[in-house]
Amino acid sequence: MPRAHGSKLISRHLKKEPTDLEEMPVIEINTDLSEDVLNIANGVFSPLSGFLCYNDLDNVVKEKRLESDTPWTIPILLDCDSKVVNEGDTALLVNKENGVRALLDVEDIYTYDKKTLSQEIYQTQDENHPGVANVNNMKQYIIGGKISLIDSKEREFDNYNLSPKETRFLFKEKGWKEIVAFQTRNPPHIGHEYVQKTALTFVDGIFINPIIGKKKVGDFRDEVILSSYETLMKYYYLKERAVMSILRTSMKYAGPREAIHHAIMRKNFGCTHFIVGRDHAGVGNYYGPYDAHDIFSEFPDLGIIPIFFRSFSRCTKCGSVVNDKICPHDQKYHINFSGTKIREILKNGDVPSEDIMRKEVAETILKYDKPFVE
Amino acid sequence: MAEEKDEKKYTTISIPSQLAEKIKKRIKGTGFHSLSSYATYVLREVISGMENEDEDEAFSKEDEEKVKDRLRALGYLD
Repeated sequence: MPRAHGSKLISRHLKKEPTDLEEMPVIEINTDLSEDVLNIANGVFSPLSGFLCYNDLDNVVKEKRLESDTPWTIPILLDCDSKVVNEGDTALLVNKENGVRALLDVEDIYTYDKKTLSQEIYQTQDENHPGVANVNNMKQYIIGGKISLIDSKEREFDNYNLSPKETRFLFKEKGWKEIVAFQTRNPPHIGHEYVQKTALTFVDGIFINPIIGKKKVGDFRDEVILSSYETLMKYYYLKERAVMSILRTSMKYAGPREAIHHAIMRKNFGCTHFIVGRDHAGVGNYYGPYDAHDIFSEFPDLGIIPIFFRSFSRCTKCGSVVNDKICPHDQKYHINFSGTKIREILKNGDVPSEDIMRKEVAETILKYDKPFVE
Repeated sequence: MAEEKDEKKYTTISIPSQLAEKIKKRIKGTGFHSLSSYATYVLREVISGMENEDEDEAFSKEDEEKVKDRLRALGYLD
């Protein structure tokens, strides 16, 4: 099993609630930031033990590394309207929706040029890019410092919310030494299954890790994604070779940089390999289809092996799922796994062809009155 | 404050000039733009394989049983 990123799995949980909470300045944080707090506390973002200070941010922006030279590509930032706290203070971070309360040791309060941030992280300053829009909506000040989680409330799907410490324990118990991680935001179609099983053939187990949380209208609802995977695993995977756990984090749509970030998180869960598809974490036409593959060559010290997949489709001549390296037949024989097309078929209450989606998976989805976010 | 923080931290190392020449030839036409970028890449690769692992904090007996129960409920452990 790989070391946690930066060598140590971070755990930032307070064992006892401090007695002087009421005297502390309070910073209310939004739900996305509260997920960041939880991911820092649970070690998903190891080696981060808090929100980035200026030097780390500047290094991440310019070098794709923390000041310590450890690879890190996505800024984890806490923004704030005004200087409600001073450097040296301890503040209480609060999010009511997730019941998150955490202490923040305020180490650094600073500003950063938003245009530089957008250009370097998202490779564009176009406000139509969702990541750029988020940067533009950031408040004036950024606060850096370590956090310590006091508590958070129980939530839906918590049974599937395993921390890196728990997944590492699970992999050891199962005797897995090489584990491939698969990230998803959709129910599985036959193409996904092909990719997962191709990778699984060469390792001990697969870690299916759907991202749960903020959705766009028309996306599959979280419970639909989870139950469709439960079905696939029940009928088409060896019980001893596949596990699933959710990841609560927001998509940044930072393309290649985010692919590295996704790999780092899976390394912290104990995975040795990470599947990277075409246009991983992309949006619109901001990135080249294989930019998220190429960026891995910049990180010889990443500590997790990427497994690259190009486009894949079903070839009616081959009678199987193929990719552009293994199939000699013309495009006219190829059926693409179009997410849009699959959604359309399911929206009409129909079961897609078994060439595209397992019947059991489709039936699981169709059991829901409203499988899509409205 | 930002200007002070903006300082870049690089240092110079010496290697035999014959080795430098060999590397320069080797990196021609690759993605490496300089001897420094190549040396940095190779050293990062070497060092990352040599770093010591800190022992992860183990679960207490009580917590371990709770985790096992959870994993059994998911069908992941017998």
